[in-house]
This record gives sequence, structure tokens and C-alpha cells, in this order.
Amino acid sequence: MKLELSRVVQGCRLGVLTGLGKTGQHCLEVPGCLLYTRCATVPHLTQDTLHTLSDLPSVTQVTVESLAEHQEVLEEFKEGVRKFAGLHNTVLFCSLHDSVNPNPAGHVTNKTVSVWGSGGRIELTAARFMAIQAAIQPDCYQSMADGETWQANSSRKRVRKAVDRTLAHLDECLMLHQKTQELKQAEIFGVVEGGDIMEERLRSTRETAKRPVGGFVLDGFHSAAMNQDVRGQLIQAITAELPHEKPRLILGVGCPDEVISCAEAGVDLFESFFPFQVTERGCALNFNYTINPDPETAVLELNGETPAVTKPSKNGDENMTPFEINLKDKRYQDDFHPLVEGCDCYCCQKHMRAYVHHLLVTNELLAGVLLMLHNMAHYLGFFKALREAIANDRLQDFKNRVLSCRERDV
Amino acid sequence: MAAPVAANTHECECSMASLKAVSSAAHLALRIVAECPVSKARACTLTLPHSTVSTPVFMPVGTQGTMKGITADQLEDLDCHICLGNTYHLGMRPGPELIEKAKGLHGFMNWKRNLLTDSGGFQMVSLVELSEVTEEGVTFRSPYDGKEILLTPEQSIAIQNSLGSDIMMQLDDVVSSTVKGPRVEEAMHRSVRWLDRCIAANKNPDRQNLFAIIQGGLDAKLRKACLDEMTKRDVPGFAIGGLSGGEEKDDFWKMVTLSTDHLPREKPRYLMGVGYALDLVVCVALGCDMFDCVFPTRTARFGSALVPWGSLQLKQKQYAKDFQPIDPDCQCPTCRRHSRAYLHALFKSDTAAMHHITIHNISYQLTLMRSVRQSIIEKRFPEFVKAFMKRMFSSSEQYPSWAVEALQSVNITVNCVA
Repeated sequence: MKLELSRVVQGCRLGVLTGLGKTGQHCLEVPGCLLYTRCATVPHLTQDTLHTLSDLPSVTQVTVESLAEHQEVLEEFKEGVRKFAGLHNTVLFCSLHDSVNPNPAGHVTNKTVSVWGSGGRIELTAARFMAIQAAIQPDCYQSMADGETWQANSSRKRVRKAVDRTLAHLDECLMLHQKTQELKQAEIFGVVEGGDIMEERLRSTRETAKRPVGGFVLDGFHSAAMNQDVRGQLIQAITAELPHEKPRLILGVGCPDEVISCAEAGVDLFESFFPFQVTERGCALNFNYTINPDPETAVLELNGETPAVTKPSKNGDENMTPFEINLKDKRYQDDFHPLVEGCDCYCCQKHMRAYVHHLLVTNELLAGVLLMLHNMAHYLGFFKALREAIANDRLQDFKNRVLSCRERDV
Repeated sequence: MAAPVAANTHECECSMASLKAVSSAAHLALRIVAECPVSKARACTLTLPHSTVSTPVFMPVGTQGTMKGITADQLEDLDCHICLGNTYHLGMRPGPELIEKAKGLHGFMNWKRNLLTDSGGFQMVSLVELSEVTEEGVTFRSPYDGKEILLTPEQSIAIQNSLGSDIMMQLDDVVSSTVKGPRVEEAMHRSVRWLDRCIAANKNPDRQNLFAIIQGGLDAKLRKACLDEMTKRDVPGFAIGGLSGGEEKDDFWKMVTLSTDHLPREKPRYLMGVGYALDLVVCVALGCDMFDCVFPTRTARFGSALVPWGSLQLKQKQYAKDFQPIDPDCQCPTCRRHSRAYLHALFKSDTAAMHHITIHNISYQLTLMRSVRQSIIEKRFPEFVKAFMKRMFSSSEQYPSWAVEALQSVNITVNCVA
């Protein structure tokens, strides 16, 4: 695995991660996202519907959280989760927790962390964690980590313990990794912890960077944990200490404005659970990320533009962001336009807002399928546009465009 | 050339009506490709406005303008040429005006092949409490806003005209097959009168085919009377209704075969609400061409996968480590890619598990009908039936007696060592 950077603009690293997968044939552009799955399936989608999406990320993300309960089955199957799930030819990255489900706190010990499967809590020692990795057979995975520092006012002592434990887990995982046949060609990523305490973040970073890891996972930064300014500062300090040639993946960050901010702070990779969250609340991503090819016109457009987004709807989910529309709203009942004009996803090519509205109102399963396809397509389009903006020196225009929808909350 | 003259003067009125119906007949043509020389089975092609359908055919039910989690493209890829939408549900939400604006149900759900809509009658009686039937129509209380609604034959047809389905069903006076007594006769006669009102109300006879529904419950005399009356009307097709509602199978098959005995050969016969594999095969033998049922798609969502030897309840523990596909011989997308074990695991995490089984079950039903059809064309339908029974049941002692008798009645002997 090798990260080839072509340029760095305003802190954003543009490049390609090459040599991925067992045969080393896959590559992933950065900044980019992994393909989010639950139990190795992109939510709501079968392989046929999934592959209506063009330019899927070459790296699929699975979690110990959704697979731990199937350890025995996977061990008997012997050929890893990619084959077990009938996945296409893709690279597998295995993280620990599912960023969508907040887990109850207070179950971390010095030697264990816990995940929640369909049958309840599963406690993991480093040994069991590694046995699960051997059963999953990912191409890359994060080592076991204590990231439970997202609660407000985590004490310094608690944060320090999280860093210590995570390093201890990393050392144990590294040791077991060497002994595990099934992981011979896999890369292990170290996890940077430290809550919102700069000192601890730096300590975690420096210590983790000393270990022979293939890349770095930035944990404990999800939206509930801290505000964007604090996050940005901490991440910048962290990435300044990390080797340039190893990729940096951040967990728990998905909202477009936060993505841009983290990319500017030196993050390469993100999860793609955000489109799924938008889907689950019956919403469709519609924020504009297209910039006019001519910079001058773009500025004029932006200044003279009338707001495309009207008043937020009354029955919106409290988690709704400015980047989406709520298709359950009555105003879409007879709206025969596609979800987003010009979008080439299956949903926008074949269906209209009124139909998706109807599916949501009648609680039909197809709503989830269509929204997932659209939201994933839109999100992937956003990342592609971000990379293009960096490549063409249009990052500021791009930022203005994407963030403009935030100012229109009436 | 002699001037056309009605055969008997008292038939004159009916002939005039049927002449008129024929001249403005909708685009439906049934071509009989093969007839089983032993039983009453037929293989046909049914040309409808949107595409051609091969029969015998199973029509999956997409109640609210969607096939429960699978896309229109996926349904097309399974080679489905006709599916159902429900007038009652769609009439409530989103309503006929909106669907008409969206260019009919085809436009609304973007389904380019054929659609069949039922009249709404069955749902009202089965789903809604305190519905009341009068000569005018069915009165019921809307479950969405509590308002009282009257569904008349004219209104049912008006909604179906807005939906723009290729085949529409008359509003019939539906009575449960377990009901006995004078109500059954009343309902049968009323259904005939409502058929005439539906025919008169159809604004689009040139592109929407209105089917009659034969009623009469489990009473042979009533059913025969209904057949006699309804076959006088020149409708493009006939459905056999009032069955598959919990009656004894012994009574069920006798009414089916009585009906097909008296329905015109050159028009399609649609047996409503039948979907279990065994029932499909037997009723094809008895002369039915078209079937619909929610069973295969509904049971899929509960994790039940249909196979030639019964069904697999994939949520059960025994499948946790079963690494075969649902059916090693099945060519559907689910069986080509996924194992029982994976589907078992996925059911704990994501809705996609349901979609996988839905695809498989629809494929199973459509493939079964295709195999039946092919066997009729190749003049080996009786052999097919025997092989089907052997695969489905572990021994001939297990064969349900009603099925054995029904098949025997059309000269197919399944339970002797041949």
C-alpha cells in the first residue's frame, strides 16, 4: 500500500492510495470515502441496485460491531467476509464501531472494549478482537481502541487512560498480527485517541507513529464530541506529527462542512455513513457542489443567486442538516421533478419527488432503496468535486458553494 | 352479402351490446399456443397494451405502486411482464387525481410493462371494519381520516381509468367463501348488475380491458347461473372470484373446474388470490391462465424462501452455517451470489435481506410458470405435474387428497406407481 500525493492545497492533500487489496491492484483517490456497510451490505441495497452507482469507492468498510456475533460462522466458513457476503471485487477495511449507532458508555475496561450485536453486548479482549479479524480477513483494519472520550467533560484521567489502553491494545494487536496467517498481507492502522485534550492527542499521535502501522485512524472526533473549531485545531496538530506518506482516516465525521474542514486539517479518508443517516430520516441530499468552470462567473453567480432552499419544513427530523430536503414534507406530494436536477443516479433518472414522497408516506421499503442510491451518489459526487477543486485551484469557490446552503436557514 | 341477423330475436339486445363492445374492444388478444391433450391446461400468449404476456402466468402484487423493496428494473430483469396495483390503497394514497397527472400508474411508478388493478372491493370488505353493501355500492369508513366513503361501480372504474391499468376488474359484491345462505345469491346477482354498470362506466375501452368476476360462492347452481349471465357480456376476460378465502380445498377446486368448463375458450381465465405452488399447478391443469397472490412476496419479508420441495425459514438457527444458496438450481440473482448462511446473518442487520428473498421468491414463481408453460407446449404437462408432486412431497401418501382428486378429474394420475 502506498500513498502518492500530487499536491497539497490549503492543507488538503490530493493523491491516490495505490497497491490496495490482496493483488495490490486497487487504488483509492484522496480525499475520499470508504463504502459504508452493515454486515457487509450497503444498507437497503442488493448487489444489482448497488452497482447502478458509478465510481463506487474501491474500499468497502465493515465493522467488528456488525460482524462479531458471526465469528463462529465466519471461522467455519474459513474464507473471510468478502466471500461470505458475496461482495464484488473490493478492498475491505475493518473498523471497530459502527459510527451510526451510539453505544452505551461505561463498558470499557483496561483489557476489553465492547460492541453491540443484534443479540446484545459482546466483550472483546485484544485476543478475541484479533481472532475476529482473522475470521473477517480484511485488507486493512484498525487496531482495538478505547475511544470513549466523547462524553462532555471526560476527565483528564479518563482521557489519559484511553490513550494508554489504546497503545497497549495496539502493541498486543501488532504482536498477534505477526502470528496470524490470515492477516499476513493485511495492513494494521493505529488509532489516535486523546479526547479534546491537546497534550493527550499529541502523546497518542507520537507514540502511535512509532509503531509499524500502515496508516492512522483518528478516533473520538465525531460531531457530538466537540465543535468544529476545536476539532480542526486538534487534527491539524495531529497530522503535523504524522508521516506524510501514510493515510489518515477519521471516524464519525460525515457532514459536508465538517469533511471539508477535516480535509483542510490533513485528513485523507472518511466514512460514508452520512448518506445512510440522511436516508433513514426520509431526506435527500441536495446541496450544490458544482462550481462554474469560470471563476469570475462563479463569484457573480453566488452573489446574485436567489436562495434555492425555502423554509425548512415543520415535520423535519431534529438531526436534519442544511444539506438535505425532507421528502416527507407535503410540498413534494405533487412535485414531478427528480430529487436533484441533473443527478444521474437511478432514483433521479427513473423517479420523481412525488413518488418517493408517496413511498415514505406509505412506509414502503422501496423508499429506503431509492434514497440510499441517491444519497450515496450525491455524496460520492461531492468528494469527486472536492478532489477536482483541489486539483484545479478552486477550493475556495468550492467551499463557498457547498457552505452557501448553511446561510439560507430562514 | 346477407345482412347480419341476430340468431334469435330475444338475443338481439345482447348481441347489439356485444357487437358494440367488440367494435370498441381494447387491445387484448389471446392466442392459444398449445393445449394439453390430457387435461384442461393451455399455453397462450396474451397481447396487452404494454407488452405481451406468456400464460400461464403468475402476477406479483405491488399493492401501493411498488413491489416491496425491489426496483422496477429488478422486476423487469426477472422477466415479469404484468403485476398488480391495488385500487383501494392507491385510491386513498396518493389518490387518482395525482396519479392521473403523473401519466397514470405506469408513469407514477415508472413501470413500462403491464398493470392489472383490482376494483378495491376485496380490500374494503377484508381490511375495513363496518363496511356496508347496498345496491349503490360499498360504504365504509376511511382508516386515514375517519370519513365515510361510498365506493360505487362507477367510482371504482373512474379510479381505475385514472390509474390507466391494462386490465381492470369490475367492482363485485364480495362475500367470504365461508358464508352460506341467501347473501351469496344476492351478491352473485348484484355482481352481474354491477358488471353492467362497470362496462358502461369505462371511459377507455380501447386501451383498458375490463374483466368480469364470476361469483356464486361454493354453490354450483349459483356459480353456473353467474357464468351463464356474465358470459353473455362481451368482456375481454373473466376472473374466477370468491374463492381462495379459507374454504375447504375440496370445494375450491370443484368451483374452479366448473368455472373453466363454462368460460369461453378464447378468453383468458384469471383465478384471483391463488399463489401456492401446488394450487398454481393444479389450477393450470383445470384450465386457468392467470394468477395473483401476495403470499410469495409477503412471506419473503418474514425470511421464508420458496423452493421446489417446500420452503426454507431462513431466520432459523439451522441455516446459520449453511453455505449453500437457497436453491442450488435456481438462477436468480440471490442464489447466484448469496448463501443461506449470509442471508440468515443479514436478517439481523439490514432490510436488504428481505429484498434478496423477495427477488428469489418472485423468480421461483415466474420460473415455475415458465416451466409449466414449456411442458404444455412440449406435450408433457402430465409428466411435469407428476415430477412436481414428487419433488414437493416426500412420499405419495403426503399428496393432499384434494389435489389428487382435482388432477384425476382432468385425467392426470399422480399417486400410482407408473
